[in-house]
Amino acid sequence: MNWTWFYRMGSPKWFYQTTSKMLPILLAVTASLLLVGLVWGLGFAPQDAKQGNSFRIIYLHVPASLLALAGYFLMAIAGAIGLIWRMKLSYMVMKCAAPLGAVLTFIALFTGAVWGKPTWGSYWVWDARVTSMLILLFLYLGVLALGSAFQSQDVANKASAILALVGTVNIPIIYKSVDWWFTLHQPSTIKFTEAPSMHPDMFHPLLVMILGFYCFYAVALCLAVRVEILNRERRSQWVRDVIGQADKGNRGVFR
Amino acid sequence: MGTPHAYGFWAYLLRDLSLANHRRGEVASPLVFLLMATTFIPLGIGPQSELLSSIAPGIIWVLALLTTLLSVEGLFSRDYHDGSLEQMLISPQILVMPVLGKVTAHWVVTGLPLTLFSPFLGLLLSLPSDGYLPLAVGLALGTGCLSLLASVGAALTVTLQQSALLLTLIVMPLYMPVIIFGSSVAQYGVDGLNWMEPLAALGAMLALMLALCPLAVAGILRLTTIN
Repeated sequence: MNWTWFYRMGSPKWFYQTTSKMLPILLAVTASLLLVGLVWGLGFAPQDAKQGNSFRIIYLHVPASLLALAGYFLMAIAGAIGLIWRMKLSYMVMKCAAPLGAVLTFIALFTGAVWGKPTWGSYWVWDARVTSMLILLFLYLGVLALGSAFQSQDVANKASAILALVGTVNIPIIYKSVDWWFTLHQPSTIKFTEAPSMHPDMFHPLLVMILGFYCFYAVALCLAVRVEILNRERRSQWVRDVIGQADKGNRGVFR
Repeated sequence: MGTPHAYGFWAYLLRDLSLANHRRGEVASPLVFLLMATTFIPLGIGPQSELLSSIAPGIIWVLALLTTLLSVEGLFSRDYHDGSLEQMLISPQILVMPVLGKVTAHWVVTGLPLTLFSPFLGLLLSLPSDGYLPLAVGLALGTGCLSLLASVGAALTVTLQQSALLLTLIVMPLYMPVIIFGSSVAQYGVDGLNWMEPLAALGAMLALMLALCPLAVAGILRLTTIN
């Protein structure tokens, strides 16, 4: 089998030039999806029978939580690819995915707390899923802290990739044990009154928002990786050319 | 002793134990920390024995976790700085066995005394009498898990200077399952439930970590110490 396409993908220059072409389109798609989803979800979706308007925060909460989790696996897989095939680019993706994932996890926790106050009566509840998300935030922060602690970029890459992988092995165990712990200490005041299915009128805008968040994640990750590429490859000729052109033409990030 | 690989295990276990024997004061300080921290709990929350006995299992487990983390920083970094880690890395045998030997030595020096010490801590925090045996048995298995996971963090931070806080930061989230099951072993004992169930889960985790952590540590040491 011919693997050259795979190795070409590992080249920072190839990535930079390809995303230069794709980013404007992706950005337009992201903006329209998020705009449609937000207006539809916040303005036109019907009110919830029990929670009124406060349920509308799920249009931010659910996509953020989904991506916070998916982002951790993306980070770990990127780290694994870096360890196995020694690709510089995939380490850069891993490094940029960590702060992004941490912020998304924080958004998920924050919107959950804001929603919890009117619904559960308190900002913070030691619910199994809430606790797991908090641990996920800690895992992200650990990867961030370890990545910034080393002088050598190479060692920092490898160490944080391994930590991300160790965390991935642990995520199912953590999730199951927190679940078990929660059923052990079941608080009597809180009950998850989740409807078995969502009404389509509420679900469709959520779907749009989830798609929009995925695109947003891709855009944010690409932008962060591009900056990382320019920073790490600043001594190479093509980066100097790009920067020189940007100085002259000044077309911002897409140049 | 048997095969050469087992020899690597015993050699590093005995070496680390005799090194620990030469610096007994340093080895004892985590335990002194544990004792001091335990005395601070009643000072902080009040001396009522009902209150203390209800939180005793959890508190002792959290303190055991912190004690392990405090003591693990030098596990590989001492050897790294004096050069003997390099000798371990270039030795002809598989690296897993010396690593396991070193982690076992760490457990014998911190986890085992902590386990033997735990009934006394239970006494200080007025743990109900049914809780002593499950607390000690749970800690015996659980401190093994704690040492193994901490060794992963110690290997990741081996080349760094002031690594204690960073090590704590990256290892603590991984401790979550251990502390949940560990403290519920003692809690089940206090409540008169069958504490073998969480103990079995704890044992399963120990078996898993015993198989995986030394492998991970060996890989990490090879990756991070090569300049």
